[in-house]
Amino acid sequence: MKILHFSSRAVALILAASLAIPAWTQTATTTSYAIKGGKVFTLAGPAIENGTVLIRDGKIAAVGAGVAIPADAQVIDATGLEVYPGMFDPITQIGLNEVSAVSATLDLSELGDYNPELVAATAVNPASAHIPVTRANGITEVIAAPGATGFDLQSGGLIAGQASAFNLAGWTMDEMRINRSVAMVINWPTIQTRSFDFASFSIKEKPYADVRKEYDKSVNALGDWMDRARHYAQAQEKGSPALYERDLKLEALVPVVRGKLPVLVIADEARDIRNAVDFCTKQNLRMILGSGAEAWKVKELLKDKKIPVVLAPTNRLPEQEDTPYDKPYTEPSELFAAGIPIAFSSFGTAFSRRLPQYAGTAVAYGLPHDEALKAVMLNAAQIFGLADQLGTLEPGKLANIIVTNGDPLELQTQVRYLFIKGQLTSTDNKHRELYEQYRKRPQPAR
Amino acid sequence: MKRMIFCAALLFAVCAPITTGAQNPGTIFIQNATVLTVTHGNIEHGSILIRDGKIAAVGADLKAPEGAAIIDATGQYVMPGIIDCHSHIAVDGSVNEAGPAVSSMANIADVLNPDDINIYRDLAGGVTTANILHGSANPIGGQTVVIKLRWGKPASDLPFEGALPGIKFALGENPKHSNFPTPPGVTPRYPGTRLGVEEVIRQAFIEAREYKKQWDDYNQRKATGEQNLIPPRRNVQLDPLVEVLEGKRYVHAHSYRADEILMLIRVADEFGFKVRTFQHVLEGYKIADEIAASGAGGSTFSDWWAYKMEAFDAIPYNAALMADRGVIVSVNSDDAQEARQLNQEAAKSMKYGGLSANDALKLITLNPAIQLGIDARAGSIDVGKDADLAIYNRDPLSVYAVVQKTLIDGQVYFDRQRDIAGRAKLAEEKQALLDKEKKAAEAKKAEEKSEKAPETKPDKKKKPPHDDGGAVESGVAGGSR
Repeated sequence: MKILHFSSRAVALILAASLAIPAWTQTATTTSYAIKGGKVFTLAGPAIENGTVLIRDGKIAAVGAGVAIPADAQVIDATGLEVYPGMFDPITQIGLNEVSAVSATLDLSELGDYNPELVAATAVNPASAHIPVTRANGITEVIAAPGATGFDLQSGGLIAGQASAFNLAGWTMDEMRINRSVAMVINWPTIQTRSFDFASFSIKEKPYADVRKEYDKSVNALGDWMDRARHYAQAQEKGSPALYERDLKLEALVPVVRGKLPVLVIADEARDIRNAVDFCTKQNLRMILGSGAEAWKVKELLKDKKIPVVLAPTNRLPEQEDTPYDKPYTEPSELFAAGIPIAFSSFGTAFSRRLPQYAGTAVAYGLPHDEALKAVMLNAAQIFGLADQLGTLEPGKLANIIVTNGDPLELQTQVRYLFIKGQLTSTDNKHRELYEQYRKRPQPAR
Repeated sequence: MKRMIFCAALLFAVCAPITTGAQNPGTIFIQNATVLTVTHGNIEHGSILIRDGKIAAVGADLKAPEGAAIIDATGQYVMPGIIDCHSHIAVDGSVNEAGPAVSSMANIADVLNPDDINIYRDLAGGVTTANILHGSANPIGGQTVVIKLRWGKPASDLPFEGALPGIKFALGENPKHSNFPTPPGVTPRYPGTRLGVEEVIRQAFIEAREYKKQWDDYNQRKATGEQNLIPPRRNVQLDPLVEVLEGKRYVHAHSYRADEILMLIRVADEFGFKVRTFQHVLEGYKIADEIAASGAGGSTFSDWWAYKMEAFDAIPYNAALMADRGVIVSVNSDDAQEARQLNQEAAKSMKYGGLSANDALKLITLNPAIQLGIDARAGSIDVGKDADLAIYNRDPLSVYAVVQKTLIDGQVYFDRQRDIAGRAKLAEEKQALLDKEKKAAEAKKAEEKSEKAPETKPDKKKKPPHDDGGAVESGVAGGSR
């Protein structure tokens, strides 16, 4: 058995060596690549057997079966491999959270309840160890959302700030950035009579009437902010800057009330989702639902209002004791069948690499496989208004591409080649380095 | 709401275990499956004969005995029931007796809750046995117990018969309280460093050794017929530690960093006991040879990392690297959800470090059985072992595999089709209870109304947002990782 392992590893090593990918760099001189011989899943049409994807200047130049390969293109032989758009994790804390328990490494949750002017991209650390670890599993771009931790762990205030989309490779945020502001994160308030109090390390119970009052107060306050932002927008349009005082918070909300910037509302319970939809409808806001553990209870409403859902991790426990045991697993397929756009997401940092696992589990419980692929590659781009740049293998789009040795949703599949912004990007990372280092540790003397 | 949930749990309880309804009770025949034995290969179109809760035969050319209940598993996969070596399900209340630094007097076996719905949920994920551990708040924590997930049975029927009890030790950030601030006005508890953690464990074993000696002397003198002896004073804190010294209780040590793992191996050597498993053991790959030489097992996560400082060097290759150096390795959950997907988590060790499919399966079957000392009865599909089995619709190492049935002691404790078929009835019962509750509330209101004239009218100006009624209870993560 041991020999077997060694030999499979040796093969892997030889393979890795033969790739000869330099340590990742954005100063690579190659600007043109041709990925040829693989099965190409464009997500914009049927899969192309023995297809070629041509990359030039960071973008996809051509995709097809009979594409001519220019002389200056570096050829990547993908024979026997599969080619897909890179995966997109749309709600993460990547770059804002290095070690969850060490507050000095966190830039997630600002003090105060209303922080619309804060933008995730400001503090995303391009040198985070999570970035290479995550991309090695085929995730090529993410959105970092301040305060949006989802599934019952909300923090960072009611208006937590603006979420930023970026590629998982680059020396600086300027090089990585796709869009600095793709959504305003709103943590919808919840009615919780019991909550864990860290100061006393015990469960505190409050009367329902009290928490209900706090809830209504929060919802009203959110409404007040939107109203004030609307007045501010009017002042901006009609008045001159001399006539009103500049307010960064209201200024940040102007694109929201004008319907230009969507609100990403994090809510789980059916009641909260209904209230949030009600609120956004009245305020005329473009709503994206994030987490939505009980979205399956309000399918008709979400369908009717055309609200897309960024799903909480499929692999989670049911909300209530008497909720069917497999409800979190079947929810994606139920929402899809109801005609609601869905995207998978990790809502985390270290588990961003589990994104394909979440999609795979949903397939096991009824979601069509091709829809699951879209829900990790394309749908998030559509939901956040980035589909002109990302999500499919079509000419003109950003060349964020993965080449795998099989089904990207399956647990054992390896990413063999990774392209981000058209650059062949290394899949090396902290974990593989430690693996290589300690694998070679000699037997200690006894 | 609470009452309704309780009734739902009762309904499940009445259902389980599902009787097979055959004329020959106790004889079950699973036919035409791909049988993943773990110890002697995979059998295509294989069958398993179960008699009185034990595996009576396994093979490709078995015939169903007359009157046996038949489980047709055509196209399906049967594997040994999953054994979760680190779980906190089925515990009533907190898993941490966090007051003293040595809480060995507390016993998880005393607070088993057979109505915890997570027993059923994990069963539906193919888990049949779980090592129920105390939390990690203390260098020496509480006593632990191995259970079978016999959903519907009382607490007294849960423990795995004959399995040695355990005790939880914990090293590093949790016992030294690094990540939770001490509340204002409360004196911080010793220890606050890894240095102190070692000292607490050594001091406890010095006392335990002394205490053991007193008892050994007493018993020896008593055996020689000496009269009027006064027995030493009983110490319930030290009793379990004496059992550790005597090899009658397993040490399951929560640990992260390589240095602290080596520390405990040294301390164990000093006092002449063995650490049975290092739990989490996320830096185990750095010192796999030392762990292997100590005889301890490693029970780890698949790909968790960076949730605290001591987990920052965790790598998903840990299981494979330790296994390669001869450590008996299992992959555990420490979490009711993660337990539902342990088959997926085991599969990751094929990707990270290149374990074979069979070795990946061992991480959640035979290896945890060895670690818990129950491998004579569980962990593989072999004649004579308990018929604890999980039946999947496809290869359980695929992300697309779904558990169809879970058997414990040859009885079907989970059946997916039956669960689905029962949902309508459950919803009906829930609605009936809600209606009854509503009716009662209305009747009470009407009664109050007739007693006194209404004084206030509801304020109709303020229209509240939607409300489902009823308070929402938040779950509190009982984390111990």
